[in-house]
Amino acid sequence: MSIDPSIVDRVARLARLELSDEERQRFTRQLGSILEYCATLNELDTDGVEPTSHVLALTNIFREDVPGTPLPRDAVLASAPDHENGFFKVPPVIETE
Amino acid sequence: MHAFLHVDREGALRAAREWDGRYARGDALPPLAGLPVAVKDIICTTGMPTTCGSRILAGWVPPYDATVVSRLRDAGAVIVGKTNLDEFAMGSSTENSGFGPTRNPWDLERVPGGSSGGSAAAVAAGMAPLALGTDTGGSIRQPAGFTGIVGMKPTYGRISRYGLVAFASSLDQIGPMARTVSDAALLLHVLAGRDPKDSTSVDLPVDNYPAALSRGVQGLRIGIAREAFGQGLQREVRAAVQAAATHLGGLGAVLTEVSLPSLPYALPTYYLLATSEASANLARYDGVQYGLRVPTDDLFTMYTRTRRQGFGNEVKRRIMLGTYALSAGYYEGFFLKAQRVRTLIRQEFLRALEGVDLVLMPVSPTVPFRLGEKVDDPLQMYLADIYTIPVNLAGLPGISVPCGFPGGLPVGLQLIGKPFDETTVLRAAHAYEQTTEWHTRRPPIVEKRERGIPHADSGRSAGTRERETEKRGSARTRKRPSRKFRKTRTRK
Repeated sequence: MSIDPSIVDRVARLARLELSDEERQRFTRQLGSILEYCATLNELDTDGVEPTSHVLALTNIFREDVPGTPLPRDAVLASAPDHENGFFKVPPVIETE
Repeated sequence: MHAFLHVDREGALRAAREWDGRYARGDALPPLAGLPVAVKDIICTTGMPTTCGSRILAGWVPPYDATVVSRLRDAGAVIVGKTNLDEFAMGSSTENSGFGPTRNPWDLERVPGGSSGGSAAAVAAGMAPLALGTDTGGSIRQPAGFTGIVGMKPTYGRISRYGLVAFASSLDQIGPMARTVSDAALLLHVLAGRDPKDSTSVDLPVDNYPAALSRGVQGLRIGIAREAFGQGLQREVRAAVQAAATHLGGLGAVLTEVSLPSLPYALPTYYLLATSEASANLARYDGVQYGLRVPTDDLFTMYTRTRRQGFGNEVKRRIMLGTYALSAGYYEGFFLKAQRVRTLIRQEFLRALEGVDLVLMPVSPTVPFRLGEKVDDPLQMYLADIYTIPVNLAGLPGISVPCGFPGGLPVGLQLIGKPFDETTVLRAAHAYEQTTEWHTRRPPIVEKRERGIPHADSGRSAGTRERETEKRGSARTRKRPSRKFRKTRTRK
């Protein structure tokens, strides 16, 4: 399976990863061979087989709607790279793209 | 060995003294009172960093305890520190740690397996009698096999994942690592059970695992998985595992052969599903709420640059693969196809387990390999998990128990049970262990050390190892990785 560098660039953008030139080349090569290996799944006939997203097949686990104790704000913000007035702080969003 | 990323010397000594006091007063003691436990550094602990072996989380101290950590504390355990792992549990050798690799106590030039390699090395070398690991595709069982200890992945849903940093949520499970099956059973008993904070933890009765161990294997039906003994399996591993099967037969188990035709497809299935789930789970590392931030003028570049600098090679590769498999145009052909094959694999296991009580196969196709041997070839590295991955896909309980030391290197026997039937798995593993001598062997460097300590005991149970572990812990205090290890890593 051949993957070209433009696909790698597109995927990296979706994944919010900045790649070096060396990484772009390496991932182009490695993803190609891994995907080729993954394509061996096509040898199996899966017509009519339901996909398994989860072995327990749980749905709608309910509980009483009782307020608990939230994490202390200070403890959470203590590990934030930047914060102000009790909120996480990030660079301007509007100017992006 | 570099088994630990963080050792909480003061906290552990304080807790140990407290338990000593309660013991002296004759107080009633909980099941793990005063026992040192090492915790894989992907499980949240208040008061101790949780890095996931990643530079992107270096120094992060969680504001809450994982449910398993609360349960350990309630049971009296002394948490001695956090063990090394492949970054975000992605790897089979612990070489992918952002803080340098862990080494195998049986041969320091070889890997301890992974991703729970730090926990495995710590237990094998006697630094702690018990440890927590996590297993998404073999990360408890494979390092347990590579270091000659016992490691169990319980059924998916048996143990709460609350506070376990997510890699692949439909596959991740926490489990016990120990020197003996009875120690593993003791630890599992403390960890298992429903937790309202994890909706995938199941509300089923938890057996008294330690009490059920001694029932033997007489009449137990054990199916040898035919497809697991084919190409790629090292001769000496095959011989050890086949001899173990014969041994179980000699103890009264009824041996048959079972067929799991889709087994060879488990690996590609896993690498599509686990990476897809990981690409979503790891989206949270964006430099906003915790961990590393590379400051820039705009938000998008902050995301991409933070992730470029914070993540290692394997994590990036898996995020790329998973993002690709989930992206428009490839979702049906890759992601959904893999989910359908997962159904086939699970069905085959469940069908086989209608006719037998346990399925038997190797843990790994090879003995522990050398550091650096597979780092440049991801597919070769992935093959190390070829026999453990199917068990995660099927959501079943599996154990690794030592079954041989060809050339002085450990080999693990894998026993796989029915959903939520951990009891039978432990019981058979215990019967095997107690009639063989493998679990009494110690790595040469440990034997040398024990000979040097006048009153060193070579006892087998968790309850007899405390003092020695304290000494080891203090000698190993390490907050930051050494330069030497960083250098090893950049070579890749």
